[in-house]
Amino acid sequence: MKIAVLSGKGGTGKTFISANLACSAEKAVYADCDVEEPNGHLFFKPIITENNTVSVIVPEADINKCVLCRKCIDFCKFNALALINGKLMIFKEVCHSCGGCIVLCPQQALSKNKRDIGTVEIGISENVTVISGCLNTGEVSGISIIKKIMTKIPDNKTVIIDCPPGSACTVMESIRSSDYCVLVAEPTIFGSHNLAMVYDLVKIFNKPSGVILNKCLNGQENPSEKFCTDNNITVIGKIPFDEELGNLTSCGLIAVRENDKFKSFFDNLLKEITQ
Amino acid sequence: MKIIIPVENTNDETLVCPSFGRAPFFMIFDTETNDSQFIDNPAANSQGGAGIKAAQTIVDNKAEAVIAYQCGQNAADVLKAGGIKIYKAEMGLAKDNIAKYTENKLFVLTDIHPGFHNHGGGRN
Repeated sequence: MKIAVLSGKGGTGKTFISANLACSAEKAVYADCDVEEPNGHLFFKPIITENNTVSVIVPEADINKCVLCRKCIDFCKFNALALINGKLMIFKEVCHSCGGCIVLCPQQALSKNKRDIGTVEIGISENVTVISGCLNTGEVSGISIIKKIMTKIPDNKTVIIDCPPGSACTVMESIRSSDYCVLVAEPTIFGSHNLAMVYDLVKIFNKPSGVILNKCLNGQENPSEKFCTDNNITVIGKIPFDEELGNLTSCGLIAVRENDKFKSFFDNLLKEITQ
Repeated sequence: MKIIIPVENTNDETLVCPSFGRAPFFMIFDTETNDSQFIDNPAANSQGGAGIKAAQTIVDNKAEAVIAYQCGQNAADVLKAGGIKIYKAEMGLAKDNIAKYTENKLFVLTDIHPGFHNHGGGRN
């Protein structure tokens, strides 16, 4: 079963919940799809067994074959090409790697070139296989890295997908193959607004979902909980704003591996989700 | 020679547009005839790379100079390859900037920004 953990904003506890759910399973895969700032590895400290480079296709021009027809320039929706003084300029970081210009060129003056944009590392941390994507600094889109991560996920295990924050393309790519979506929400008005965004997203993708209310304060109103009640959304768990949890996490430890109390809490949560 | 300015409207009283790549129109001023002409900026609603396409339009219209408030790295690269000088616009109307240009009172734009939307190495 593939469980995606997502939230409308950063810092809600996606990695915290993903790591603890993965450690609760007998054997699991943890996939860090937050490729712009992957941090799951800080908690798992995996022994790396495999390192893959991820590259994308970018066009390369053979000036001798180009007849300055501009078909490639007119085609490119992202304006990654320009024709100046009889020379084709290619802006590789603007290119979205669709390959259309290469197909369209009547002179076959454009060919496929590869550009490295990041890595996917695989490692072992006790009962968890850790797959971690990392986009190189300054790159625009992590989609190709997430696609690569997905090819490395085995089918037969409990898989926890730690998504990027927000509800943009990279999140869609991360939840596409999931069987269940866990939405993590903070007890603030801002948090409930961001929860509404990701809830809309998982509805569009027709994914079964449930909410984990994180950092809950005793006796204080929780706008995210109110949003769930008002919209008839299942709350699968409430995690208190707990000093011990905070201390463990800030030391780079996974609560489930440190304390039986937390182990049984996340065991139950995982059971709830997998049922 | 021709000077191009990104502008808000298609009349002689138009303001200079703060954006280069996504300005709705370009004013093309001919220093020999003192005539100004307006064209749509085909890059105004681009999904990406607006500066590149806007700069391509400047080059295609055979301008020798651009007057703008700001310019991104990619657009600047295209304009440079086309041998086009970029001058820093002063707050106000396009026609006042043209007057300043003809009196040699505008400065060359040197602070090229790294681009928005994380393109060109810039970060939000």
